[in-house]
Amino acid sequence: MVEAPAVPQEEHVPPRRGWYRRNEIAITPWLFLAPGILFFAVYVIVPIFQSFDISLYEWSGLGSVAENGEYVGLANYRDILGIGPDETMDRDFEISIRNNFWWLTLYLLAIPFGLGIALFLNQTVAGIRLYKSLFFFPFVLSQVIVGLVFSWFYLPNEGLLNAILEFFGGEGVNILGDPDTATFGIIAAGLWPQTAYCMILYLTGLNAVDPEQVEAARLDGAKGWRMLWHVILPQLKPATFIAFVVTVIGALRSFDLVAIMTNGGPFGQTNILSFWIWDVSLGEGGLKYGYASAIAVILFGIMMVFISYFIWSMWRDERAVRR
Amino acid sequence: MFPKPVQQAGPAASATYQTLLPVALVLWLIPLIAVALFSVKPGADFAVGNYWGLPSYFAGWENYRAVFFESNMPRYLLNSVLITVPTVVGAVALSTMTGFALGTYRFRGNLWIFFMFVAGNFVPFQILMVPVRELTADMGLYNTFLGLILFHVAFQTGFCTLFMRNFIRALPYELIEAARVEGVAEWRIFWFVVLPLMKPAIAALSVLVFTFIWNDYFWAIVLTQGEATQPVTAGITSFNAQYRASYHLMSAGSIVAALPPVVMFFAMQRHFIAGLTLGAVK
Repeated sequence: MVEAPAVPQEEHVPPRRGWYRRNEIAITPWLFLAPGILFFAVYVIVPIFQSFDISLYEWSGLGSVAENGEYVGLANYRDILGIGPDETMDRDFEISIRNNFWWLTLYLLAIPFGLGIALFLNQTVAGIRLYKSLFFFPFVLSQVIVGLVFSWFYLPNEGLLNAILEFFGGEGVNILGDPDTATFGIIAAGLWPQTAYCMILYLTGLNAVDPEQVEAARLDGAKGWRMLWHVILPQLKPATFIAFVVTVIGALRSFDLVAIMTNGGPFGQTNILSFWIWDVSLGEGGLKYGYASAIAVILFGIMMVFISYFIWSMWRDERAVRR
Repeated sequence: MFPKPVQQAGPAASATYQTLLPVALVLWLIPLIAVALFSVKPGADFAVGNYWGLPSYFAGWENYRAVFFESNMPRYLLNSVLITVPTVVGAVALSTMTGFALGTYRFRGNLWIFFMFVAGNFVPFQILMVPVRELTADMGLYNTFLGLILFHVAFQTGFCTLFMRNFIRALPYELIEAARVEGVAEWRIFWFVVLPLMKPAIAALSVLVFTFIWNDYFWAIVLTQGEATQPVTAGITSFNAQYRASYHLMSAGSIVAALPPVVMFFAMQRHFIAGLTLGAVK
């Protein structure tokens, strides 16, 4: 015999709820978002548009741009890019763009270098954890310190690099003093922490590689490069993606190393867009705020190409796991 | 495991590997070792051109004492702490909230707001430089800790939101649903259900943001000047100008300036690496 479930005698009356309680699910996220969005809008989103506006003025930074600035339309862009009759591209822009290209290309070497070191360190011998930490820790240093350390390393008389070169019978070099080599000297310094970062990404990735797949591939006779290319690298794809994102952004954003190591010199030959913007406004180039903003907009445009690609990739992944 | 463990390749390979490790490490850290060596040499060694020989005597104590007691370095270190710690608290607090909102609720515009934070986090600082400097000056906050902190909090919120939101999405959603069925208010779900689960993420983000902000140089020179407010990254350049060509003191000063994030890293290594590599494994 089955007992009937106890049913309350009276009809169920839902408790009276206020407007907030009824709309709680819809409103709560906005309450939680409000402070973050407010901060981000005031300090990041709105300034981007203000920079677009300022880039249309000639302005020395005194007072407000609306009162003290002179509206010049797209003249700043024309001067930078050298568009129109009888105009030449700003020489500093030419140098900066060329150096930005080198930065971007050579900085990406951090990815294979980092993978190489990660493969070298992915062993289980005594003390390996400490080795991994010590290989990684240049990343924790401020770029200012990295810049100083490498400036001293490169010094023509006092630097260790030349001491080593001369010990092996080579000739002394003045890397940061020579316009042809200075940018590459700075990029090498930047590669040091960046390689460490990529290394740690790959070490984490290697840790999660599926051992069964590796064993199965070994039974099929795969080893060495073929194993790395066909079995390991596909599984490291998420690590490679993040390494690519942080390296591209790092290359285009780098400012500290140039400021510390050469201040743009010798003869402006180590300029890159991010440093040049600072130099023509707050630095020695002097108080050309409108011009600086126009360069910033151009750099922003270049970076937007990459940022859009990153966002697009993330969006694709999001759709795949949508719940 | 890839590559094959060296132990399987025999004792010879194992021994070779164990010898190669320290050699590779020394080569990797050689610019830093050079600075460390400089910092324990007496100034007289440089005057006679003894750059790379052994120090004529160990001058570590006097060099570091000079940094701590005869220079502005302690002041700069204190400034860095007073800028970094409030920024960490502010950015982590804001982003636990934004991360919770974006990670738990489905509403129109959710993904767009998320991508706004992500994209903003990647923009070049330089496009913000002039307007943020003006804004800070207009609020009377130029050359103050607060001016720098407010900006840092706002900018870091981008990265922190990305981090927190992805962390919360990986939590079991059933917990939140179960609490809702029980009729628990939404803010109590945040406080009593989600927040306790986020401790590892909060720890990881705190050490990361600490390092990012401590190491910031660009905004320090854009928004502050002088020893009363500048953090140690900007201070070190004035320090070096003061001790121009005194390599023993400049080296000791740089090591002191670099040390706090290094200590933080070694003390909180697990959290630090977990934070940096979030997303590196699917």
